[in-house]
Amino acid sequence: MYYVVSIAILVTMALALVRALRGPSVYDRVLAVNVFGTKTVLLLSVVAFLYGRPDFLDLALAYALINFIGVLAVLLYFQRRSMNRASGHKSAD
Amino acid sequence: MVNLFAMFLLTMLMITAIAIVRTRDLFVAVMLTGIFSLLMSAIFFILDAADVALTEAAIGAGITTVLFLGALALTADRERTVPYSRWLPGIVVAITTLIVIYATFDKPRLGDPMAPVHQHVAPWYLEKTPELIGIPNVVTAVLGSFRGYDTMGELIVIFTACIGVLFLLGGTNGKGIQPRSNESEALDVTLSHHVIPRVVGRLLIPFIVLFGLYVQFHGEFGPGGGFQAGSIIAAGIILYSLLEGEQLAFAALPRWTLMAMAAGGAILYGAVGIAGIAMGGNFLDYSVLTNDPVLGQQIGILIIEAGVGITVCGALLAIFHAINARVRG
Amino acid sequence: MDVFDIISWVLFVSGGAFVFIGGLGAIRLPNFYTRLHAASLTDSMGTILILTAIMFQAGWSLATLKLITILGFLMLTGPTATYALANAALLSGMKPGKPDPDEES
Repeated sequence: MYYVVSIAILVTMALALVRALRGPSVYDRVLAVNVFGTKTVLLLSVVAFLYGRPDFLDLALAYALINFIGVLAVLLYFQRRSMNRASGHKSAD
Repeated sequence: MVNLFAMFLLTMLMITAIAIVRTRDLFVAVMLTGIFSLLMSAIFFILDAADVALTEAAIGAGITTVLFLGALALTADRERTVPYSRWLPGIVVAITTLIVIYATFDKPRLGDPMAPVHQHVAPWYLEKTPELIGIPNVVTAVLGSFRGYDTMGELIVIFTACIGVLFLLGGTNGKGIQPRSNESEALDVTLSHHVIPRVVGRLLIPFIVLFGLYVQFHGEFGPGGGFQAGSIIAAGIILYSLLEGEQLAFAALPRWTLMAMAAGGAILYGAVGIAGIAMGGNFLDYSVLTNDPVLGQQIGILIIEAGVGITVCGALLAIFHAINARVRG
Repeated sequence: MDVFDIISWVLFVSGGAFVFIGGLGAIRLPNFYTRLHAASLTDSMGTILILTAIMFQAGWSLATLKLITILGFLMLTGPTATYALANAALLSGMKPGKPDPDEES
């Protein structure tokens, strides 16, 4: 029973990866990373029960928290970049 | 069937790695590195290595992405073109890959009980841990007690990395990392005027820190330990710094606290070792810490894991603040 | 197969279907906002269904408590991340309603 759901989640991860590779704008890629993160949490929970080791759920919990921090850091980077562009800093090449 | 999962994930890993190398836009590379780390963590988990998966999850997806983005905000957006041709490095890498693949033909099967790695020390560890140390998680027992020297070396390496980064980035007037001065406060960008992420983020921070403490002290019974806990707590405090800005983050945890944390954990580790000598045993021999050797081992592992967690948290926060405090220009 | 197994099967299959539909939407839809909409809604629904299915398998134990915690965190952070992403895209000038041009940026 867990196998069916694992296959569905793995296929979705592959589709999200395609979007991360193809996505024309940067926001598409951030979307793909976000989807990937939540699917990884689900995959970890399902596989933890597949292995019969429910005490591996700590990993899924850690990931659910850390994924959020990554997305917020990306958005802060966007803000900082647009502010840098607006105040006319040159590229540090 | 589970091997099929692992193979599928490894194929996605290869595709991601090729895409990271081939892309010229550095932001895309950072995002794909985040996906790479998520895939690595899932693969470690499927191979039944839970401690490593937790460490990769805590450090790779959250903190490394944040540090890369902080560094990326200071440099150009695209990779510079190189004047030389790339065919020679490509051929060298291809030949090396073929040699390595040929070398894996001699490898024993995954999980083979007659493999050499399962013959010599590993069964001894598995057999002796319940009787000598008495904790369920053998990984922590090996990390903390049987291979305590190695872990102390790892901790000193993390501390050295922290002071190395601080030497490079610590500021030009000798005062070390500081929050940015007042005239560049316009560049002190935060998410503080976005209400919803701010409310939700501040709601989550105490839970993240609490979960970090849980992982720290639960390391003897399940996946966990000092390295994972330090990075989770550092991630929580980085979230606070992202949401509220550098000034408030430095008011909460000033610079001397971070330095004290980074150095203090390593000193704590060494102190436990010297306490072992003072009580009549060898360096890092925990059995002599109390009357009951098994209890002494458990107390010793608890204290050194606390030392590891403190140093990792302090080091990561110091590096984060050092990168963020640089003004682009 | 007792009642819990049947309930879990149903929830697993529907959760898997939602997750897969979300992934399909992220590939096939024409604009960034439509993709974001597909990915985030199906994410939340799929998470609820799959984690509830696992909870039925775990019974009354510590694992169920941890699953409820994971569910709570995902429900809290998923929509927030989606909001923040959509906000950033809107503030940077991406206009809703237009299909994507077919070029790399």
